[in-house]
Amino acid sequence: MSSILKLQSFIVRGVANNGFNKVILYLRQTSITPICSRSLHLNVDRNNAKCSDASSKAYPIVDHTYDAVVVGAGGAGLRAAFGLVAEGFKTAVITKLFPTRSHTVAAQGGINAALGNMEEDQWQWHMYDTVKGSDWLGDQDAIHYMTREAPKAVIELENTGMPFSRTTEGKIYQRAFGGQSLKFGKGGQAHRCCCVADRTGHSLLHTLYGQSLKYDCHYFVEYFALDLIMEDGECRGVIALCLEDGTIHRFRSKNTILATGGYGRAFFSCTSAHTCTGDGTAMVARAGLPSQDLEFVQFHPTGIYGAGCLITEGCRGEGGYLINSQGERFMERYAPVAKDLASRDVVSRSMTIEIREGRGCGPEKDHVFLQLHHLPAEQLHQRLPGISETAMIFAGVDVTREPIPVLPTVHYNMGGVPTNYKGQVLTNCNDEDVVVPGLYACGEAASCSVHGANRLGANSLLDLVVFGRACALTIAAENKPGEAIGSIKANAGEESVANLDWCRYAAGSIPTADLRLQMQKTMQSHAAVFRTEDVLREGIDKMKKLYESLQNLKVSDHSLIWNSDLVETLELQNLMLNAMMTIVGAENRKESRGAHAREDYKNRCDEYDYSKPIKGQQKKDIKDHWRKHTLADIDPKTGKVSIRYRGVIDDTLDSQECKTVPPAIRSY
Amino acid sequence: MTKEMQLLKICRGSFSQVRLLHMSPAVNAEAKKDSSPRLKTFSIYRWNPDQPDQKPYMQEYNVDLKQCGPMVLDALIKIKNEIDPTLTFRRSCREGICGSCAMNIGGVNTLACISKIDAGSGKATKIYPLPHMYVVKDLVPDMNNFYQQYRSIEPWLQRKDTATTKSGEVQQYLQSIDDRAKLDGLYECILCACCSTSCPSYWWNGDKYLGPAVLMQAYRWIIDSRDDATAKRLDKMRDPFSAFRCHTIMNCTRTCPKSLNPGRAIAEIKKLLGGVASKPAPQMNPVGLKQ
Repeated sequence: MSSILKLQSFIVRGVANNGFNKVILYLRQTSITPICSRSLHLNVDRNNAKCSDASSKAYPIVDHTYDAVVVGAGGAGLRAAFGLVAEGFKTAVITKLFPTRSHTVAAQGGINAALGNMEEDQWQWHMYDTVKGSDWLGDQDAIHYMTREAPKAVIELENTGMPFSRTTEGKIYQRAFGGQSLKFGKGGQAHRCCCVADRTGHSLLHTLYGQSLKYDCHYFVEYFALDLIMEDGECRGVIALCLEDGTIHRFRSKNTILATGGYGRAFFSCTSAHTCTGDGTAMVARAGLPSQDLEFVQFHPTGIYGAGCLITEGCRGEGGYLINSQGERFMERYAPVAKDLASRDVVSRSMTIEIREGRGCGPEKDHVFLQLHHLPAEQLHQRLPGISETAMIFAGVDVTREPIPVLPTVHYNMGGVPTNYKGQVLTNCNDEDVVVPGLYACGEAASCSVHGANRLGANSLLDLVVFGRACALTIAAENKPGEAIGSIKANAGEESVANLDWCRYAAGSIPTADLRLQMQKTMQSHAAVFRTEDVLREGIDKMKKLYESLQNLKVSDHSLIWNSDLVETLELQNLMLNAMMTIVGAENRKESRGAHAREDYKNRCDEYDYSKPIKGQQKKDIKDHWRKHTLADIDPKTGKVSIRYRGVIDDTLDSQECKTVPPAIRSY
Repeated sequence: MTKEMQLLKICRGSFSQVRLLHMSPAVNAEAKKDSSPRLKTFSIYRWNPDQPDQKPYMQEYNVDLKQCGPMVLDALIKIKNEIDPTLTFRRSCREGICGSCAMNIGGVNTLACISKIDAGSGKATKIYPLPHMYVVKDLVPDMNNFYQQYRSIEPWLQRKDTATTKSGEVQQYLQSIDDRAKLDGLYECILCACCSTSCPSYWWNGDKYLGPAVLMQAYRWIIDSRDDATAKRLDKMRDPFSAFRCHTIMNCTRTCPKSLNPGRAIAEIKKLLGGVASKPAPQMNPVGLKQ
């Protein structure tokens, strides 16, 4: 029965072309008659699709060939996609969500660029702030590239119609944001964050999607990417599942860009969407390639207590501040200069300390308040309309009268697929960076690494557009449209289909949702804001058991049409890979840097002790200090993680343009 | 309770979808002490494409509200996680910004993630997919026609000239605060399709009538002071169906979970099409920085 059904949608589409003739032929041969007369609206152009049952009779495979395939249609994926089409590449975008449903939509605060609309500004100052924010774990060539390209990227967005808030001169309005300063930290707070009220991500994503419609880009919406197709160390495409009818699609492509976002859902309380499950990093891990710096997980200081929904840092940028149960503006004690606009890791830690020391608010003393009602109601209405609404809906709070209960909440993954500043995915052989041919990554899924150990607010939207574009430019520079693509085996992707089939009929004892909840709770309590050896070790033991339980999963829905139980199971496999690498990486890193705060190793451990003059100090070998990237490899069968390292790139792209920012003690 | 009434007054209108406000934490804490479950019935539309001969039916689920979050989406996820994993619906951001979980709850098109569970009435809450859409499975409708219509209005900025200076440097377009304010209430649309699928005109003529959501986005680009393709955009809609199938029923404005007013935007388009109004000239020259 089910084998009939998974083919029906080919027929109901009722469009006759070569691809479909073959399907119909297949149906005739197997004497199956279509039984569904329902006519759905046509989803994608399948002109070039070719159907075969070479690898499996139960799961016929549709083959496509493209110059480039983008996985994920958030900000980075869309920017890369239309960049490629603009260069003449035949491009497919595979996405498990309709593009405007991607989590870029939820970004609120803004996008950093040294436009200088509010005061004199230079991108070199932005670069300094970003390097300092990264706690000197960021690669300075990539940071140089991003901050230099930032003004151009934002003006490009404005020119394509993004409805930025305006200054009285009619220019893009820029607000204060965390960690942004003028004159290399000496000129006070910078106003560098370009915003659309508090809906910047929403308008950025809608603008990019609108723009991409201008180009002939082939969208495969609600297709779930299963695995990369790797042959001879090259990436030659992706295999994906179409949710609507359960067909398997192989995309053979010279270039594959991963823009799949983060994996916030590995934690119990996060600002991330239900769909942020780290599918890209997991695919890379299954392909035997390493992931970088996954232990650095950003906690956003202001997630709504209970619900976890994001309340933008822009609230503090507009003049709001955090208070404890005594009504004290406690950030003045922790960061005397930047106060509430210190970088996110600093604020999250300060809040956690306040709560721990008994100065939390509410009956359980387990959160703090974000106060906004001292600001004029007009300003709240104009600049923060979205969070006023969110606070009312999810906390029952009228921001013009009451403070919002907030708590540090998992928000962003600084780590991801290691890439260079051109977006090319890297692996490491004999301590040398090696480019993986045909594979690129950008956005939150990648670690290029502009955010290092801690991302500054409003640098992520910038990361998306700058590196999305960079991927497209790199591909255009090194390839030509229509070039020959290396062949793939007839049975390529067989393992992915086998795994899919296994999941579909998994008949163990633990439902997907149960195992996911256990994993999320384990990660939440064992890899939190503050970490210690004992807690992390215990967490690893628990996670190992949970990883073994993956073998014992139970999936109840066996359908192939919109089987969300199956997709959540595949997503859980992905989350598990990410979570294991995260917690093992956290246990392994014996220092505190950026978002990774170890209570048993409270200091940052660099090649020199930068709290003292460097003169006369012996430079430590890379083995003995921690200013290096973690590269984690995982065996998908056993969940065993092994760790390697990669040096931090301190050289900028051009020392004439801007010099390396030398490491220093980080204080705000 | 008085506090809730006050809140209700304050936010009436702007938060029309929030019918039941949060209980204060103290009330919640008290409720937790009492161990008996507070059951609520959800009656949910089911249709399984694997059994096309079986007609759609309503399935009832009981959820203990003490163990469940405040929103309808929390209840749906709880049902999927603990009672019936085959229940199928779209969801993503769970904070009312992505537009995935649009469905018909208690007779109103809205987002499951920001609509509070009706705990007071004691009646079952009925949940259907968006009305008059092809159903793919359970609460998942086929949205492709809607997306195609969105594409048809060319939702990107169109200008004859650019702000590139002679030296090749690209400049931002200028826009006054007042001109920018004209986009407020338009650009916030999340394309959830709640409005379009609540419109009887769209039900009957969904193939040719663009529907409120898409028309509001069309107006968003028409009225943008930086866009100068106004005439082209309007001409594309100069037919009996695209815009004029709006009969000002105003279900769109009534149902919008983001409290936007598509009805007004359509009226503005009709005024422009009818020639009784014209797009005002930009207050600032968009390419003013070119010199």
